Amino acid sequence: MSANLENMVKVFERPKSLTDAKFTYCPGCHHGIITRIIGNAMDELDIADRTVGIAPVGCSVFAYLWYKADCQQVAHGRASAVATGIKRARPNLIVFSYQGDGDFASIGTAESIHAANRGENITVIFVNNQIYGMTGGEMAPTTLIGQKTATTPEGRDASLFGYPIRFSEMIATLDAPAYVTRQALFDTKHIMETTRAVKKAFQYQVEGKGYSLVEILATCPTNWRMSPVQSNAHVAETVTKVFPLGDLIDRG
Amino acid sequence: MGKRLLLRGNEVIAEAAIRAGCQCYFAYPITPQAELLGYMALHMPRLGRTFVQAESEVAAISMVYGAAGAGVRTMTSSSSPGISLKQEGISYLAGSNLPAVIVNIVRGGPGLGNIAPSQCDYFQATKGGGHGDYHLIVLGPSTVPEAGKLTMLAFDLADQYRTPVMILADGLLGQMMEPVELPDPVDPATLPIKDWATTGAKNRTPNVVLSFDLDPDKLKQMNLDLQAKYRAITENEIRYEETDTEDAEIVIAAYGTIARICKSVVRTARAEGIKIGLFRPITLWPFPYDPLKALSERVHTVLSVEMSAGQMWEDVRLAVAERAETPFFGEMGGIVPTPRSILNEVKKHVR
Repeated sequence: MSANLENMVKVFERPKSLTDAKFTYCPGCHHGIITRIIGNAMDELDIADRTVGIAPVGCSVFAYLWYKADCQQVAHGRASAVATGIKRARPNLIVFSYQGDGDFASIGTAESIHAANRGENITVIFVNNQIYGMTGGEMAPTTLIGQKTATTPEGRDASLFGYPIRFSEMIATLDAPAYVTRQALFDTKHIMETTRAVKKAFQYQVEGKGYSLVEILATCPTNWRMSPVQSNAHVAETVTKVFPLGDLIDRG
Repeated sequence: MGKRLLLRGNEVIAEAAIRAGCQCYFAYPITPQAELLGYMALHMPRLGRTFVQAESEVAAISMVYGAAGAGVRTMTSSSSPGISLKQEGISYLAGSNLPAVIVNIVRGGPGLGNIAPSQCDYFQATKGGGHGDYHLIVLGPSTVPEAGKLTMLAFDLADQYRTPVMILADGLLGQMMEPVELPDPVDPATLPIKDWATTGAKNRTPNVVLSFDLDPDKLKQMNLDLQAKYRAITENEIRYEETDTEDAEIVIAAYGTIARICKSVVRTARAEGIKIGLFRPITLWPFPYDPLKALSERVHTVLSVEMSAGQMWEDVRLAVAERAETPFFGEMGGIVPTPRSILNEVKKHVR
């Protein structure tokens, strides 16, 4: 066996920018894939030793455990403001925030929009799974109409709770951002596209082009009460109808 | 020492921060501290440093968190309602052991209150304000030159103890002009390296800035470490000033702007033959309990005078206990007690 292994070519391995700490995410959740994609971008651009990641509040609160890079864990919703502080203090650092839909598009609305509007040279990874995972499956600003959550037990009623917010489209109305895109992970093709988009977002920051935002439609099988397979199908067939995929701005 | 400058209190605090090596300043406009932003907006970019007018107080203190975590000297400033909004970030700074300077040019409250000078934020500054078991070092300048001196000290204390430090001044101090001489500027490049900061994990293991641990035993240890730091600060950093207390039979306890007015009351009363002195805490946290306790053993009355309903008064009573009478005199709503009204109050307690 061992002799054969030496002759084999390694075609898949953990990105060098990731630690071997175990994920705290549920089975079938997309956070793990996204973490890996970020690690891949850090590897390919060789930036891990000058990157600072920002861990938010929510399921990804432990994000600082998984990168071989400096990290700051911050208050709910404030990641884009903290990123501003880090980047302004040390412009040579590569700064990215990792934020869920509640963090980025609800409690952090002001911080998110104004960091984008200032054109801060940072990268935001915005994970949109339409639900609050960590607190037990409450409504997110992105929850679909009719979607049942812990706080919309009869389904989201637009007359009471408004509509799923297309935050990236709002950011795309601004003059400053360099790159705004929405991606998904429900099949291999889209994982590859997301991988390219995340690398491009970091690449733009390395080149000093300004603010980049990659929104990623993700699953939450636990709180959606679906299997991982059903969850992927739900993103492909239903969620993408409300949140269309593709680039919204590319000023590169 | 540099040349003499004639500046407002707000501008002196800004200039002192620049000379202390503040590299990033983030704030949102509010009266009566707007001149501080104006001064920083003009001077920070000229020095190649960062000025950002933030979208909110919440954002400004979060930017401070990021810059402090990245290892540079950083400051924000505001006035009472804005400081309330910053409490989230202040708690996170304390929990994450981050050095930063926060200036509160206090105005009348509660709510929107008004824009007149007040000392009604003493509780918020010294007893917590945000969530969790933490303290700020709180410095209370009573003159414009002292505001400059304490601002520079604030940056040193923040770095030394890795803790947020608050300058607690008021609208009168912020707006008043006085001649000042400030020390020569510190070159930020000469400051000690912060090896814990998020500067990029080149040839070292990654640094993490956080105020978080789900494990109760580990969070308890984080808290024990914080409390040990607060004990060290209490042992080493208490500052206060006594004026004419040697033979005093009655003492006024006051801080900040009103302490300066009380100093002139002491002079006037002494001229009238009243044996009176002034006890002025400079560190409001840690409060100089022991020096005031010692003083209270030699006097029959400690009169607290504040521009509030009596907030520091609680600490005065804690220090004095039953050793002396502890009456209170104060004004609220942005009204500054006059020397005459304070002198009249003093005379009520003369034996």
